[in-house]
Amino acid sequence: MTDDSLDARGRPVVVVTGMGLVTSLGQGKQENWRKLVGGTSGIHRISRFPIAGLRTTIAGTVDFVPLDDLSAPALTEALGALAAEEALAEAGIGTPGNFPGPLLLAMPPVEMEWPQRLAAAAAAETGNAPVTWMDLVRAVSDGRFAPWSERFLFGSIPEHLADRFGTKGSPIATSTACSSGATAIQLGVEAIRRGEAAAALVIGTDASVNPESLIRFSLLSALSTRNDPPEAAARPFSRDRDGFVMAEGAGALVLESLAQARARGAEVLGVVEGCGEMADGFHRTRSSPDGKPIIACMRHALEDAALAPDAIGYVNAHGTGTPENDKMEWLGLTAVFGERAGSLPVSSNKSMIGHTLSAAGAVEAIFTLLSLRNGVLPPTINYDTPDPALPVDCVPNVARELRVSHAISNSFGFGGQNACLVLGV
Amino acid sequence: MAADRDALITGIGLVSCLGEGPEAHWAALNAAGGFLPVLDTARFAPWPVHPLIPVTWEAQVPRREQRQMEAWQRIGVYAAGLALDAAGVKGNAALLERMDMIVAAGGGERDYAADEGIIAALHDAPDPGARLNDRLLSDLRPTLFLAQLSNLLAGNISLVHGVVGSSRTFMGEEAAGTDAVRTACARIASGQGDLFLVGGSYNAERPDTLLIYAAGGLLRQGPFMPVWERQASGGGMVLGSSGCFLVIESRAHAVARGAAPIARIAGVLTDRCGRRPGEATAVAARQVAALAPALDGTAAVISGATGIAPATAEEAAFLRGLDLPVRAAATAFGHPLEAAFPASLALAAMAVAKRRLFLPLEPAEQMMEGPLRQALVTSWGLWRGEAMALVDPA
Repeated sequence: MTDDSLDARGRPVVVVTGMGLVTSLGQGKQENWRKLVGGTSGIHRISRFPIAGLRTTIAGTVDFVPLDDLSAPALTEALGALAAEEALAEAGIGTPGNFPGPLLLAMPPVEMEWPQRLAAAAAAETGNAPVTWMDLVRAVSDGRFAPWSERFLFGSIPEHLADRFGTKGSPIATSTACSSGATAIQLGVEAIRRGEAAAALVIGTDASVNPESLIRFSLLSALSTRNDPPEAAARPFSRDRDGFVMAEGAGALVLESLAQARARGAEVLGVVEGCGEMADGFHRTRSSPDGKPIIACMRHALEDAALAPDAIGYVNAHGTGTPENDKMEWLGLTAVFGERAGSLPVSSNKSMIGHTLSAAGAVEAIFTLLSLRNGVLPPTINYDTPDPALPVDCVPNVARELRVSHAISNSFGFGGQNACLVLGV
Repeated sequence: MAADRDALITGIGLVSCLGEGPEAHWAALNAAGGFLPVLDTARFAPWPVHPLIPVTWEAQVPRREQRQMEAWQRIGVYAAGLALDAAGVKGNAALLERMDMIVAAGGGERDYAADEGIIAALHDAPDPGARLNDRLLSDLRPTLFLAQLSNLLAGNISLVHGVVGSSRTFMGEEAAGTDAVRTACARIASGQGDLFLVGGSYNAERPDTLLIYAAGGLLRQGPFMPVWERQASGGGMVLGSSGCFLVIESRAHAVARGAAPIARIAGVLTDRCGRRPGEATAVAARQVAALAPALDGTAAVISGATGIAPATAEEAAFLRGLDLPVRAAATAFGHPLEAAFPASLALAAMAVAKRRLFLPLEPAEQMMEGPLRQALVTSWGLWRGEAMALVDPA
């Protein structure tokens, strides 16, 4: 008798036993799923900071989590914790504050922000002379701003979350740009497969919508400027798509070996069947024109899952809605799926929740698993003007009931970092 | 016992205030007449920094690409190129296409002039929010964002050197470096990879990073004192610009391609604690116990102690209990955060390959006369994270 807790290569099968979500659509899987299949958009006018003069005035910010001292790392940490609480409650694993495995975290880079810089400038005693950067350093060195030191360490978010959930060992915080969430899942899968852990807590979280980060993306011409109405801006695969919409959110997954999940009687919510990656050395923000890394990335994931392309019934696209991404993703899909590409359902959650950046890979993996479990594929909304160059079945505008056994979730990042997950039920 | 899945260091790329390449470092660390620190005490006074030695960037980074990177990225791409050269894989597309990369990265660097202009413009502005938007839109270079992003060091290595098998970036100060090495070694041991490029880089010569540590009172001011001696007068960290990348590969892979191994990473352990008194010592004691069966008594310690009190004094007390000769890497080239653990490993690998330890860097460090066979490497992060590695002959 073969042991079905091992995969075709004799590695532990890695399953998901808990999932948690926070996006601009709301808190918790239930609310998120209901709105996602209802075609609801979470994109809205930015109210967090003044939008005067900005080319893009919309985002998928999460505004319903109050914080005393708002900063990107503080909100990133808070959203990650909320998603993890939900995932842990569902998995019923460990005890509160004592998770029996490592933490793998996808998060944005950390940097001190303008409110701090301006506070330091106000504290600098330069008389009438202009404030220099070294004046800022001197101004903060008397201990008045000591909490910044911990808050703006890269290690603060993973360490605080590890403290809170009692994960084991050194927490890993990863950034592969827009692929980060998928990379964190892959790190967890690898740890379980090599027998280093029987369970892993994976969190992808990102709450970095502030004036400078928005403007940085804006200056790269990456963002949609279709500000009115906000919910119509994200238009993946449409001919009139003009960029992505920045957004915030978090997704958390409890990964376990199938053997352990069975032994403790946990419900299996899905299987992470394969992971693939391939970096692109072509350009910092553009894909190789031949699509080679994207194609290899999907093929590696299928190979890792020991599945043929024909086994895949749904693709949760990276689908950012930038002219470049959607074109390249379609090119990749046609190479991997051949003639099936046009009839394969391929939808983009980002049409509704925007681009949750470092969190996207984790958030969208959870939506993919919910699609498989519920037998419903979420739509790509705002699909009014098909792009004749991309004859994709993007599940236009209305969710579709369809039972699928295996799906792909794609993530492609700036800096050429691509990751692809094969998920199953 | 040699095993196919051993993790071997087959290439070292190291650049710091002491020089470029392992041999330049070895020479500086064994200088006749004693070790002399390389410091810049003027530019960021009262905080000294260890500045990067002048390098010929073009040797590893095409001029047109240099403009797309901030200094920390440029240092890293440069060091990565040195490592690929040393391992004999530079330009070998067939190998680079399946080489896995794990980069330990911070991020940032600012356009300091632009920031200072914005601060001046916002002073007394009637609508500071709107003014900030205007100035950011007009003053930020579009390419600056990519030059600041953490994952773009790896991205630039893919672009410049063609390492594209996979690309992952770890963040979190020293722990990013320790977990990058640990993950690479674990993947090699379990057959999840054969050929890795692992490392990081740091630019200390920048006010934005000094600010974060100055706010926490973590930086040493005033005249230079070595790491251990500093503890009697409050300790503190002196940052150092450095880049270090290692090519780490399975023995089977190294043998098959005829690579010359430098040393073997026999074990690497990472962990964490809340840093209440004695907790880091307990973590390190468990790590030594786990590595003890492989320790043979001819080892020395390359310590990653940052200089910050009280953790550095606690580590010093712990290391006295091991009764092994110790060298503090941060005395040699300052503390390079994400690059610190790879750089300490590089020193350890050199010592193991040469069968001897370099000279003491301060009176508190004891001379090692006899032959050295192994080296322990420690990393107690400036805030959190404790790691230890054991380096053996290849």
